[in-house]
Amino acid sequence: MKGGVTMRARNDFLRRLRAVRRLRISLRGWGGVGAMAVVCVLAVAFVLLLPLTQSRGEAGADLGGQRTTQGVQARAPKCDESTIQNQSPAPSDAGGTTIDAIKARGVLKVGVDQNSYRWGYRDPNSAKGDLAGFDIDLVTAIAKNIFGSAYTDKSIQFLAIPTNERIPAIQKNRVDMVVRTMTITCKRAGQVAFSAPYFVTGQQVLAPKVSSITGYNDTLANKRVCSAKTSTANDSLNADKGKKIPASVTIMDPVPNQLDCLVKLQLGEADAVVTDGALAASQAAQDPTVELKGSPFTTEYYGVAMNLKATDLVRRVNRILETYRTSPSGWRASYTKWLLPTLRADSKSANPPVPQYK
Amino acid sequence: MPALPPQPGRPGAPAPRRAPDAAPARRTALAEGVDQLRAAATTEPGRLRAIGALLALLVVAFGAVTAWQTDSRASAADDVLHHSQPLSSDAADIYRSLADANTMAATGYLAGLQETQATRDQYELDIRTAASKLVTAAANTDPGSSSAGIITDLNELLPQYKGLVESARANNRQGFPVGGAYLRAANDTMQTKMLPKAQELYKNENARLSTDYGNATPYPWFAIALGLVALGGLAWAQRRNYQRTNRVLNHGLVAASATTAVVLLWVVVGHTVARAGLNDSYDHGVKSLNVLHDARIASLKARSDENLTLVSRGAETHELADGTVMDAYDWGYDQEIATLGKGLKLADSLADDSAGRKPVAVANSSMTVWISRHKQVSSDNNAGDYQKARDGVIGKDGATAECFQAVDASLDQALNHETKEFQRSAGDGLDAMTGLTVGAAVLAVLGAAGAVLGIGRRLSEYR
Repeated sequence: MKGGVTMRARNDFLRRLRAVRRLRISLRGWGGVGAMAVVCVLAVAFVLLLPLTQSRGEAGADLGGQRTTQGVQARAPKCDESTIQNQSPAPSDAGGTTIDAIKARGVLKVGVDQNSYRWGYRDPNSAKGDLAGFDIDLVTAIAKNIFGSAYTDKSIQFLAIPTNERIPAIQKNRVDMVVRTMTITCKRAGQVAFSAPYFVTGQQVLAPKVSSITGYNDTLANKRVCSAKTSTANDSLNADKGKKIPASVTIMDPVPNQLDCLVKLQLGEADAVVTDGALAASQAAQDPTVELKGSPFTTEYYGVAMNLKATDLVRRVNRILETYRTSPSGWRASYTKWLLPTLRADSKSANPPVPQYK
Repeated sequence: MPALPPQPGRPGAPAPRRAPDAAPARRTALAEGVDQLRAAATTEPGRLRAIGALLALLVVAFGAVTAWQTDSRASAADDVLHHSQPLSSDAADIYRSLADANTMAATGYLAGLQETQATRDQYELDIRTAASKLVTAAANTDPGSSSAGIITDLNELLPQYKGLVESARANNRQGFPVGGAYLRAANDTMQTKMLPKAQELYKNENARLSTDYGNATPYPWFAIALGLVALGGLAWAQRRNYQRTNRVLNHGLVAASATTAVVLLWVVVGHTVARAGLNDSYDHGVKSLNVLHDARIASLKARSDENLTLVSRGAETHELADGTVMDAYDWGYDQEIATLGKGLKLADSLADDSAGRKPVAVANSSMTVWISRHKQVSSDNNAGDYQKARDGVIGKDGATAECFQAVDASLDQALNHETKEFQRSAGDGLDAMTGLTVGAAVLAVLGAAGAVLGIGRRLSEYR
């Protein structure tokens, strides 16, 4: 029987051991449940808070961001590049001093690009040399709404603005707005007021169709890559060299204008071009032997830029954009006409971005 | 083995033995001649023979040196007129044709479908002129020289440039804005690579021209000095003759003196006139030509920049010192017009007659109109009225095109005038030296013969 006693004692010990294990496991399980509960409470809190703060989504993101990464955010306190496009004021039909001034003047002054094929360019073969493109269509829609029945073909004054003059032109009131493939960024948002985004794109690689390059990746090894001076593309290339893209990439001296990259590509002086997808599409439209490679490796939003003080105009433009996005003769028609052939229908640019307001 | 004993003095040994062998004096021909002369000089006929030989030698030497020095100057002057100036002018033509081609390309591009046949033809002609003059320049350049390198570079760049211009045109016809980028690339190749090289070639050719001037204009001092010595020798010989024989005139020596004096006078007067002509051709011809060429290039560059401002449409910018951002080509236009203004002012001060001043004045007034019209174009362009701005540049009436053409035509006229001035002055200079070389040689031989005959006449009295 001695053996029976020892057996029982051993079983007891094993049972106790098992219980401890079970407790640990169940505690661990409770931890997960607890975490879920906290998330649920937070989520409910966000949902409840949303109508009060009149801001959707990004308010929550901001809150969460503050809680989790307070220390890290010390350097860039408020602005988040990934949500900056959602900082535009809510749409409104109301008038205001800026809109009144434009109506009184009878002319809407708009800064545009004249060299971006399919966005804003002069057709040298049209007798009048009129501007045309996706951006120009949007400007026309805005002007038609502002002037209403008073709109004529003389209601818009198009001004060719160099890339680095876009912000000063708005700040010095040389133009009422700039519609010129302008990306909404934190830095710019402190200098000018942006409308809600009207186009989503991202930095992308453009290369000859026959090239072995497949995108912003290892296939760029030992290739010469062109980008424009002070462009996001140039910054990304320099930052990603040796990381996302091989260290053997030759980043060429930046050129004054993104179109110069297409020249270099055609002359065989460059193997690939990095620029944002919209402009890359514009380049591809001018040369059937090149194409966009891979998908965009960043996300950027284009907005209409206006003076910081022109809140009435910003709200009005946001209202106009609401209609423009859904109207069959608006955004969709313009995209189909200018961009579909090179960006195609499966691009993330193929639908207007869903707006969120401050 | 201590078998080898020292062998002292063995190679030296024969020397002292041979020295006494050479003892019977073998004298040189010179020493013998001197001895003979010394012996002859003790007698009057001997002295006369020596004097005669010396005088003849002096006169002939004078003639020879004069012929040699004036020939080198005359050929340098001839080079100025017929070689280095034409080459310098060719280099200026290359420079101008290239700048003009670039202007025509920009104008044609801006006009697009309305590009005129005249613009196109002018562009093609400019390219052909540049190409063919580069061949001439290459043929007149030493291999390995800096000019040869420049010509090679230009020969490589010219087809590249033309390729870019044609791509620009083709893309523009398709309606692709990348054509504008090609045209900017072409313009960049021209303005930053080709024109500076063409300018350097032009400067090299001008340096060659200056060297030829430097070789053509100095007085032949050596010949003049020798002439004076010869005249002095002849005078002394005649005085000696007079003292010994009481005869006043020795015909031969007088003739020799006269010819020597004539040659000397001819050399001095001829050179003074030639120098005056050449210096005049430099001061009023070459200097004016240089200034006018530079002004013309500036006006061409200003014109292409004016066109490119409307082609580029803000694609490139230039930041001023105070932070203001300008269109790069509009800024370039301002620079070139300022250069043109300065050049015309200088050209006016260099022009030496009303025929030279008049076209410069016309160019100047056309430039003033150009500047005022350009202001209008700029304000139209800045106001977004592209069509009006374009018409203001390449349109028919009231466009800056008229002003540019007027400036170009008057500068062309001024250049033709100054080229003629140059050719006349330099030609006059060269003419002043005509026959001097041959004349000096013939007269010197006659003079030497006179001297020999004169002395010979005295000598015959001793037989």
